[in-house]
Amino acid sequence: MPEQMATQQNSRETLSFYITGFVLLVVLPVLNVLPSEDSWLYLSDFRLNQFGKFLCFAILALGLDLIWGYCGVLSMGQGVFFGFGAYCMGMYLALQIGKESVYGSELPDFMVWTQVKELPFFWYPFKSFAGALLGAILVPVLFATIFGFLAFRSRIKGVYFAIITQALAFAAWLVFNRNETRLGGTNGLTDFKQLLGYRLSDPSTQRGLYIMTVLALGAAYLFCRWIVASRAGKVLIAIRDSESRVTFSGYTPWMFKLFVFVVAAGLAGVSGMLYVPQVGIITPAQIGVLPSLEVVIWVAVGGRGTLIGAVLGAVAVNYGRSVLTNYFPEAWPFILGGLFVIVVTMFPDGLLGMIRKLSERKKTPAPLIKAEGSTAA
Amino acid sequence: MSVAGIPMRIILLSLVVFLPFGSDLRSALAAGEEGQTTSSSPQSANPIDQALLDIKSEDAAVRSAAAALLIEKGDASLLPKLDEIRADADRATRQAIKPVIDLLKNHANLTSEQADTRRSAAADLVGTGRPEAIAWLEASAAKEQVWWVKYTMEESAQLMRLRSEDQTVRLLAIKKLGDLRSQNGLSALKEFVETGAQSEATDEQRALATAAQTSVGEIDSWFWWAGAIETFFRGISLSSILLMMSLGLAIVFGLMGVINMAHGELMMVGAYATFITQQAFIAWFSPEHFDWYFPVALPVAFLSAALFGLVLEATVIRFLYGRLLETLLATWGVSLILMQAARVYFGDLTAVIAPQALRGGAQVMVGVYLPYNRIFIIVLSIVCVLGIYFLLFRSNLGVRVRAVTQNRNMSACLGIPTRKVDAYTFAFASGLAGIAGWALTMVGNVDPGLGQNYIVDAFMVVVTGGVGKLAGTIWASLGIGGLNKLIEPISGAVYGKVFILVGVILFLQWRPQGLFAAKGRNADA
Repeated sequence: MPEQMATQQNSRETLSFYITGFVLLVVLPVLNVLPSEDSWLYLSDFRLNQFGKFLCFAILALGLDLIWGYCGVLSMGQGVFFGFGAYCMGMYLALQIGKESVYGSELPDFMVWTQVKELPFFWYPFKSFAGALLGAILVPVLFATIFGFLAFRSRIKGVYFAIITQALAFAAWLVFNRNETRLGGTNGLTDFKQLLGYRLSDPSTQRGLYIMTVLALGAAYLFCRWIVASRAGKVLIAIRDSESRVTFSGYTPWMFKLFVFVVAAGLAGVSGMLYVPQVGIITPAQIGVLPSLEVVIWVAVGGRGTLIGAVLGAVAVNYGRSVLTNYFPEAWPFILGGLFVIVVTMFPDGLLGMIRKLSERKKTPAPLIKAEGSTAA
Repeated sequence: MSVAGIPMRIILLSLVVFLPFGSDLRSALAAGEEGQTTSSSPQSANPIDQALLDIKSEDAAVRSAAAALLIEKGDASLLPKLDEIRADADRATRQAIKPVIDLLKNHANLTSEQADTRRSAAADLVGTGRPEAIAWLEASAAKEQVWWVKYTMEESAQLMRLRSEDQTVRLLAIKKLGDLRSQNGLSALKEFVETGAQSEATDEQRALATAAQTSVGEIDSWFWWAGAIETFFRGISLSSILLMMSLGLAIVFGLMGVINMAHGELMMVGAYATFITQQAFIAWFSPEHFDWYFPVALPVAFLSAALFGLVLEATVIRFLYGRLLETLLATWGVSLILMQAARVYFGDLTAVIAPQALRGGAQVMVGVYLPYNRIFIIVLSIVCVLGIYFLLFRSNLGVRVRAVTQNRNMSACLGIPTRKVDAYTFAFASGLAGIAGWALTMVGNVDPGLGQNYIVDAFMVVVTGGVGKLAGTIWASLGIGGLNKLIEPISGAVYGKVFILVGVILFLQWRPQGLFAAKGRNADA
């Protein structure tokens, strides 16, 4: 009986995956291209681009959901890994500006201001697109491996880990803000012109980037689902629910945690890499303590421990933000803070948990087992 | 107006225009008249009065003679007259009068009531370079009571002696400056060393250079130590701020298993309470009572932060006991709301004016200056630690708090109202944050980001010290605050923070539960 339910749910999930994929990948770009600009069906370039940005965030949220929702390890430093990916791509794009820059120098503009005569050595790999792609994934992965190894091996867990990662976000923000790190200081990297010869200001380029983002999100989702459904995924959930029992059963929890932390960092890197060309700027403000925490709230709002929830939360919160900051610019921190409080105290399972509870109440009396545990397995 | 009048007016006009450019032109233009006024002025019997007249002369020699006489014989009573003369004098006269006024003023200030005035007068006299001042300085130094003022007087006298023509006087001055550990003399001494090192230097210059070299060495090593002491002091001062913040955090963390990310904002509440008290005093009380706002603000800050804490506990935290990560997120949300509320209501920058008693600082030894506000914070943190110690270990509430911390269910069975204990403790910890905010107004601006500046460091302290351990919190805040200030001069504040983070992570490799870990059954709780 439960197995049957699981397969039923699985097939429903697969179906909704394909439907969502079709809408995102085909319907939205078509709506952008085909209808005339005054038709009500028309989706403007701005909206499509904005949506692409949200989907980047969804990749970031997937990573956090994997480590927090499934493994119970709260990382408040995801913004740092996002930043690594974003800066790697940003460096490549900054070098692509070439002679088009304001000062007509081969070097990026900020280097001209700060009297840097020669390209710093660590910028060289980013002269090639392949280098940027590799860097955007490998830099966060390597960093997460070292950091996670040190943290998990010494059994820093729970709140301790959260606080340490927050300190990491704070420290990274401070360092990226410095001019002598040769990453543009407070102003970050911006004013990009082209990517692989395509003009970034061109709507078709942006459309291409959007499609790339959708594909990457789909791949990330399948990858995460594969991890979660695997035996390792079950261990992850077991670690979340009772780490000491997992240890007593002969597993080494820290290795699983490290693995999932590294995966999450890699996803954050991919997300940052896709984000930069679509938004056109990366600054230290996007990698600090608050941006890292916002990722947590997306996942919490959507429903942690469910991959769809993470995606949903990222899109919903960011969409809400873009609408609300338009009308009440000063109110956003209040709303964000309120979301933190309300979601945590009243809806610990987020939007998805709420929907599920409502639908379950109709069918059967409330099950004794936690809903998220049974669906995730 | 007649036509013949025009050339006359031109002459007058050019006279006015060219007057400031020196006596030559002026005498060429109007020699007759000017000469008459000087020569026809009545000869005064009193030499000082005569000098006051002579200083207006256009003859440079007469002017400087008059100035010398005034410096030698004059006193502060002449200052009004000199100011009067200077007010409508020409440039040459003004130049002649300036040193006279400076010297007389500083000479008079050497016997001022205010120690600071005496000291700055002594320091200013060096700049005048008049040998007469040496005698004054030494006379005042002999009578001076405040050591720091006396020190400056002696230092100034020796600095002026360096310019003497006499080799032995200079040698002695160089040696004395070394003995005094004079930082102001350092550049002059280094000049002596440089001249002595040149190939064409005379034997005399070489002798001076050797003496200067010794003195420079003495001064340098002294100031290395003085710098070390000041760094140590700054470290202690930062540590006590961190300590005041993390004490509250550690108590709440240990007792209730609550990570209060809004702790920094409760501190901000205390700071704004202080600011509001100050504004109230400005509005309702006379200025001479203004300084009283600060002691009044202490209970205001404590109570308002405690009230915020009570409300926060009753509305949010109550639902989340023992769920650490959830409390962390919820209180972070609260902190966002409070910060934005402060930003909207108070704007970005507001500052509190320190009461008179906390301005300035103490010169405890040569080269070591300790600001009063920092000393105040250090003392306050010690008082807070003692207060918490007595509350926790010597009071009824403390017994209950410790019992609940150790075993909540057992305590409840024994009739301890655990809910009330929680609420009171949380309010108390919040009030503590309010006091920290009150004290912080003395060292910085009151702004919405006040709490954020310290919260990350404060949490590092709690993590390093071990959960809910007072001793651990104290040692960890001393360690982290001290290291911060120690690294800062070497690598800058930013990399200091990075090093601390790396240090804490490495430290946790060695002691995963912090300095003072809970042992036994509680270890995994």
